Amino acid sequence: MSSSPSQASPLLSLRGISKTFGAVAALTDVDLDVSAGEVVAVVGDNGAGKSTLVKVLSGVHQPDAGSITFESRTVTVPSPAAAQQLGIATVFQDLALCENLNVIENLFLGRELRALRLDDVAMEVRSRELLRRLSAKIPKLSVPVAALSGGQRQTVAIARSLLGDPKIVILDEPTAALGVAQTAEVLNLIDRLREGGHGVIMISHNMDDVLSVADTVAVLRLGRNNGVFDAIEASTEQIVTAITGAADNAVTRRRRRARRAVSAPAGENAVSGVKEGADHE
Amino acid sequence: MSDLGTAPALAEPEQPEPYEPEEPGGLRALTSRFRGGDLGVLPVVAGLVVIWTVMQSLNSVFLSSTNLVNLTLECAPVGVIALGVGLMLLVGQIDLSIGSLSGMAAALTAILFVDQGLSPWLAVPAAVASAAVIGWLYAQVFNRLGVPSFVITLAGLLGFLGVQLWVLGSKGAINLPYDSGLVTFAQLDFLPQWLSYALVVVAAGWLFAAGYLRARARRTAGLRAASLRGLVLRSLVLLVGLGVAVGYLGQTRGVGWMFVLFLALVLATHYVLTRTKFGKSIYAVGGNVEAARRAGINVKAVYTSMFVLCTTLAAIGGVLAAARLAAANQSTGGGDVNLNAIAAAVIGGTSLFGGRGNAFAALLGIVVIQSISSGLTLLNLDSSFRYMVTGAVLLLAVALDAVARRSRASHGRA
Repeated sequence: MSSSPSQASPLLSLRGISKTFGAVAALTDVDLDVSAGEVVAVVGDNGAGKSTLVKVLSGVHQPDAGSITFESRTVTVPSPAAAQQLGIATVFQDLALCENLNVIENLFLGRELRALRLDDVAMEVRSRELLRRLSAKIPKLSVPVAALSGGQRQTVAIARSLLGDPKIVILDEPTAALGVAQTAEVLNLIDRLREGGHGVIMISHNMDDVLSVADTVAVLRLGRNNGVFDAIEASTEQIVTAITGAADNAVTRRRRRARRAVSAPAGENAVSGVKEGADHE
Repeated sequence: MSDLGTAPALAEPEQPEPYEPEEPGGLRALTSRFRGGDLGVLPVVAGLVVIWTVMQSLNSVFLSSTNLVNLTLECAPVGVIALGVGLMLLVGQIDLSIGSLSGMAAALTAILFVDQGLSPWLAVPAAVASAAVIGWLYAQVFNRLGVPSFVITLAGLLGFLGVQLWVLGSKGAINLPYDSGLVTFAQLDFLPQWLSYALVVVAAGWLFAAGYLRARARRTAGLRAASLRGLVLRSLVLLVGLGVAVGYLGQTRGVGWMFVLFLALVLATHYVLTRTKFGKSIYAVGGNVEAARRAGINVKAVYTSMFVLCTTLAAIGGVLAAARLAAANQSTGGGDVNLNAIAAAVIGGTSLFGGRGNAFAALLGIVVIQSISSGLTLLNLDSSFRYMVTGAVLLLAVALDAVARRSRASHGRA
C-alpha cells in the first residue's frame, strides 16, 4: 500500500472527520488530502460513506468531529452557499439541471447577469468561452437541456460549477449511466480541470474510470479510511481488496477464474464486468 | 459574479469552434424547433384561422367590425384571469378559485363603491388588495404545510363563493351606475383612432429598435445576429398587421381601453418572464424545483409571488367583468369563468405540467374561446353547444400538446 504523492501543502485537508446519524456511524475518523491540480478518486462499496463525505464537504451535513483545512486555514462549511463561497463546488449525481431551460439559462441559473434586464449577450459569450475551454461538444446553446445527451448534460453541470471560479470541484458519480464515448468525454473534461489547476474529488464505482483519470485513490470502507493508493502504481486488485476488505472475495475469485480460462488481459475485463454489475444496484 | 477571464486557464482545445453560433429566434431556429415538436403558437393560430373561417362562412356578421370590437371587449376580463392562472401553471401549480375570487372582488368593489359611496379609485384597489392577501394566505398554507395547491384553491373556490354571496346579501345583485368611470372604461371608452395608429407605430418601431440594438450587441460580441432585412421584415409585418386590425376595428368603435389594459398586462408579463432573473426563476421552479433550490433560488418566494399575482389578476378580471356588465351579481365569476380561464391558458399553449408556456398563451387562448362563444351566439345556439365545442377544442389542444411532446421525446427533447 503506497501513500499519496507528497505535495507541498494540500489545498484541502480533512482530519479525523466523523459523522453519525443516530446509532449509525457513517464516517469515523476519516482523513483526506487534495492538492491543486490533483484528481482524488474516493471509492468504496455502497454504504462506505462516500456520499456522506461529499455532503460534509459541500455543506449539506455538518461533521460531528474533525477539522477541515482549506488553503491552510481551518474552516467550517455550514451551508451549501458557504461551500461555494469558499470555492468548493459540487456536481451532484442528479446534476440538478432544469430540462426546460436552455444551456445558457442553466449555466447562469440563480446568478443571471443584470437581474432586471438580462444581459444575454454577455451570458452567451461567457458560456461559449467556458465551454470552449472545456472543449465541450455541445452543438447548440439555445436548445433546452432536455435535448442533450447524458454526457453533454454532465458537461453543462460541470461547466456550471466552474462559473463560481472554485478551487475544488467535487464530482459525484460523474460517469454513472453514461455510454462509452460519453464517459471518455467526461474523463477528458476531468483531465482538463486538473490541467486548469483545480483540485478534483471524484466519487466513483467504476474502477477503470478511476484508474484512468485519478492521481490518487482514497478507499473508504465502512466509514473509515482503508488505504490511499497512487493510481499509477496500484492495481485494480489492490484497490478492490481494500474496498471489500478481504483478499478473497467475489471479485478476486472471479478474476482468478478468468485468468485461468484465458490470457491475462482478459482478467481486467472480468473485473470491470463485476464492477459494472455493482453500479446498477 | 466571478469573471471567467480570471479563472485559471484551462487547456485550450485544438479543434475549431465545435458549435454553430446561432441566432435565437431566427427563422432557421424556428423551423428546426417546429421539426423537433416545439410548435409554439403555431397550432393555436392555425386553430384560430379555422374557427374564424368556419364562423364567417356560417354567419357573415362574425368578422364584421362591430362583432370583432365586441370580441376584444369580451376577451379582456377572462383574459386577465387566464394570464394569472397561466403563471400558476408555469410553476406547476393551479388555482381553481380564480372564478370565485373574481366574483368576490367584483362584489366587494360594488359594495364599497355603490353602497359605501367610496371612490372607485379606492374601491377597486381595496378589492384587488384583498384578493392579493388571499393569494398570500394560500401561499403560506402551500409553503408551510405542503398542502397541494389544487386542494387549497378548491377550498378557496367554495369559501370565497360563499363570501361573494354573503357580501351581496339578499339583494343578490348590485348595479353599477352607467355614468361611473368604471363602467364607461369597460363599455364606452375607446382609443381615438390617431392614438391607436400611433401605438401601432410605436410597437413596430420598438420591435425594430430592440431587435436592431440586440443584433448590434450580438455582432459586436462576435455572435451571430439577425439580419437587418429580417428585422425590417418582422417590424413591417407587425406594422401592417396591427395597422390593418386597428383600421378595421376603427370602422366602428375602435380599440377599447379595457383591451389595451389587457394587452399591456400581457406585454408586461412577457417582459418579466423572458427578460428578468425573476422570470427565469419561474421557469426553473416549474421545470425542476430541486435544481432551482440548489441554484440558490428562493423557491418559496417564487411560489408566493405566483399565488399573489394569480389572485390579484383574477380580482382585476372580476372587476373588469362587473364593469362590463355594469353590475356585480351572484353569478359574476361563476359558471364557466373558472374553466374558461384555465382552458384559455392551456389552449394557448401553457403546459399543465409546469415550466412551459408564455404570456401570449392567455391572449391567444381567450381569443379562441371567445370566438367560439361569439360565433355560436350569432348562430342563435345556446350555451349547451358552446360548452361542447369549447370542450372539444380544449381536448384537441391538449391532444396536440401531447403529440408534440411525443415528438419532442423522439427528438430527445421530452
